[in-house]
Amino acid sequence: MPNQRILILFAHPALEKSRVNRVLVRYVQDLPGITFHDLYEAYPGFDIDISFEQKLLAEHDIIVFQHPLFWYSTPAILKEWQDLVLEHGWAYGKEGDALRGKTMFNAISAGGGEAAYHRKGLNRFTVRELLVPIEQTARLCGIDYLPPFVVHGTHGMTTDAIHNHALDYKRLLEAFRDGRVDIEASRQHPRLNSRLDAILTE
Amino acid sequence: MHGQEFFYQAFVYLTAAVVSVPIAKRLGLGSVLGYLVAGMVIGPFGIGLIGEEGQDVMHFAEFGVVMMLFLIGLELQPSRLWRLRGQLLGLGGLQVGLSTAAIAAVGLFCGLAWPAAVAVGMTLALSSTAFVLQILAEKNLGRTDAGQSAFSVLLFQDIAVIPMLALLPLLASGAVQHHGDGTGGHTTAEGVTWVAGLPGWAQTLVVLAVVAGIVLAGRFLARHVLRFIARTRLPEIFTAAALMLVIGVALLMNKIGLSPALGTFIAGVVLADNEYRHELESDIEPFKGLLLAVFFIAVGASIDFDLVLTNPGTIAGLVGMLFVVKFVILFILGRVFKMGMDQNLIFAFALAQGGEFAYVLFSFATQSGVISRETANPLIAVVAISMALTPVFMAVNEKILLPRIGTKEKVDRDPDEIAEENPVIIAGFGRFGNIVGRLLAAQEVKTTVLEYDSDHVEVLRRLGFKVYYGDASRYDLLCAAGAERARLIVLALDDDNKILEMVRTIQKHFPHLTIMARASDRPQAYELLDAGVTHVYRETFDTSLQMAVDTLRLVGARAYQAHRAAKYFRRHDEESVHELAEMRHDKKAYITAARKRIQDLEQTLLEEKQDKGESRDAGWDTDSLQEEFAKEV
Repeated sequence: MPNQRILILFAHPALEKSRVNRVLVRYVQDLPGITFHDLYEAYPGFDIDISFEQKLLAEHDIIVFQHPLFWYSTPAILKEWQDLVLEHGWAYGKEGDALRGKTMFNAISAGGGEAAYHRKGLNRFTVRELLVPIEQTARLCGIDYLPPFVVHGTHGMTTDAIHNHALDYKRLLEAFRDGRVDIEASRQHPRLNSRLDAILTE
Repeated sequence: MHGQEFFYQAFVYLTAAVVSVPIAKRLGLGSVLGYLVAGMVIGPFGIGLIGEEGQDVMHFAEFGVVMMLFLIGLELQPSRLWRLRGQLLGLGGLQVGLSTAAIAAVGLFCGLAWPAAVAVGMTLALSSTAFVLQILAEKNLGRTDAGQSAFSVLLFQDIAVIPMLALLPLLASGAVQHHGDGTGGHTTAEGVTWVAGLPGWAQTLVVLAVVAGIVLAGRFLARHVLRFIARTRLPEIFTAAALMLVIGVALLMNKIGLSPALGTFIAGVVLADNEYRHELESDIEPFKGLLLAVFFIAVGASIDFDLVLTNPGTIAGLVGMLFVVKFVILFILGRVFKMGMDQNLIFAFALAQGGEFAYVLFSFATQSGVISRETANPLIAVVAISMALTPVFMAVNEKILLPRIGTKEKVDRDPDEIAEENPVIIAGFGRFGNIVGRLLAAQEVKTTVLEYDSDHVEVLRRLGFKVYYGDASRYDLLCAAGAERARLIVLALDDDNKILEMVRTIQKHFPHLTIMARASDRPQAYELLDAGVTHVYRETFDTSLQMAVDTLRLVGARAYQAHRAAKYFRRHDEESVHELAEMRHDKKAYITAARKRIQDLEQTLLEEKQDKGESRDAGWDTDSLQEEFAKEV
């Protein structure tokens, strides 16, 4: 399906200190068909405007949580956002079908390499596994949850490497927008960017 | 009373009060007893500083009772009065009826003719509104079960005086002979009424029309008139208007043959919902207090000790009988109306005396020839003595009886009535206080608002706020606004000195109140902290910070970083205000400390910005992690 509208919910409490996310943002924030929504910038006091957020969600087909992985989870404001915006009777429950049929994934930067996020690694779980709470949240809301886009090993990453990841991120989002992602194939991979070429169609 | 003479009298009364009341209070006997003793001492039977004119003074000072009922009316919303109706008619009616019958029976037994016995019975059935309400208020019993019941009975008695005055001439026709005008229209102490010549139905019609007029004027006119007067911003004119209102209603009531006290009570009830109520209250209060004081002194001075000393046994016996008869009836009624033991004792002791209406009724009864002067005079002395003994009995009951036989029940306050007292008082509802008030209102926290700008009051009232007009720094207005029962007070006036003044008043009289104070600037914040206020809010501080945050954003800072910087700055600056407040009296230490503080702050903010030193947001920093990672690789 072409012309998919994408909403990036971005959360980074100290973007001025960020190396990876800053670049990722720069590549995608002005793309046509994509709404970039910076939560810490919009709500520095955490006073989330629920009806505005819900309206925004309703107007988009694909939702991306973009954030650094903090303690195997999202930064605080994204949790607050879930708690407040995904209301019973709107997002889930008997009457709650506002998000049904939408697609969602996380776009994450993680300090550790992929090897660290492994049964035998320091973190003992893959990123996909650690995101289970979000996956289940999406499931409960009737959202199709896809594997995450993960930039691993940001510690000590070279500028070139960062730009390559940013380019991948941009290609992925454009493909989603234009309906050129093989959704079923993408489910087979631990990360959307494990083998990007394999899931993008022409 | 001419100039010099008047001042001499005033001086004697004031001196007597100022000397005796503090002593009485000290001894735990209450102000009323102090006034009475003062009256006895300066009266014709004491050192004789005042003579027989005491009686005239007493008539004049009775106006204090009228004012007192006006004030009580102001406190009593019509809905609450309506809830009292059962008590008023049931308890009040039974008390007057039974006491009249019982005392009349005693009179018959003592050899009075039946008309005279009935007249004496009616007269002595009445209790003293002035004494009872003053004592109950002083002991803070007004809102208890006993207080409410006593009030209902007194109110019924006030109403009952009217038919009694009408009945006395009729009794006379059945008695010895008929003096007076004999036209059927009754007279009051103050003179002939307008309705004297009219037939009964027309009198009733006039009375109803006048009362309806008062109600309508109070409901629809008073607000606008009072607002117009308040706009002059001259407190004395408002006071004059308040006095004019009370005196006017009292005169009008006289003219149509109703009790002035009842009339002003009705006027008070009608105005109870008015937003100028607190101001009216605090304007009338001092006059009421002084007049009642004079009244009590005059009662003390009027006790005819010659008469008492010639027949000490008779008088004592009569006083004793009056007390016993009234007390027993009151106590039984209290039982019937399901009062607890404590409350019932207070109720019965409070109302067991004769009242000030006895002076009017006895003099009217002697004029009409219902009773003879020889019967009336000792009874007048009995009434005065019984009033004088009331504070003594109340004190004995409180100090000796209640602790022994009382049921130890808590003096329960009706929760409904507490609910009417709002937990938060906001003083000053201008550009500062209104924001506090609006947020609290939005969160359904009930507030009482005091505001001095009458135009402002009007606008806010139209917007649906419960705003009262008045100078919030006045102790009496704070009392009227319910400071006794409120939990905290927000001082948001724009006058620093007034706020400091209020802080002292509140700390002295209402130490339980948490104070939240607005400060115009740092020095004022220091003053408030010095005064012991912990919740101090510099009025431009948060706005300046917000402006700085927005400025930072516009020059490119991340919103969250600016926000956190401001929060950090805020906490740091608040700490410094508290720290420097203690130090500022030592000039040198202050300057050093202040400099150090500013440097600290600059340093921290700078380090934070440049990512050096100890960052506050280290949790989001990956530098150390990256270093560690680099070593491992």
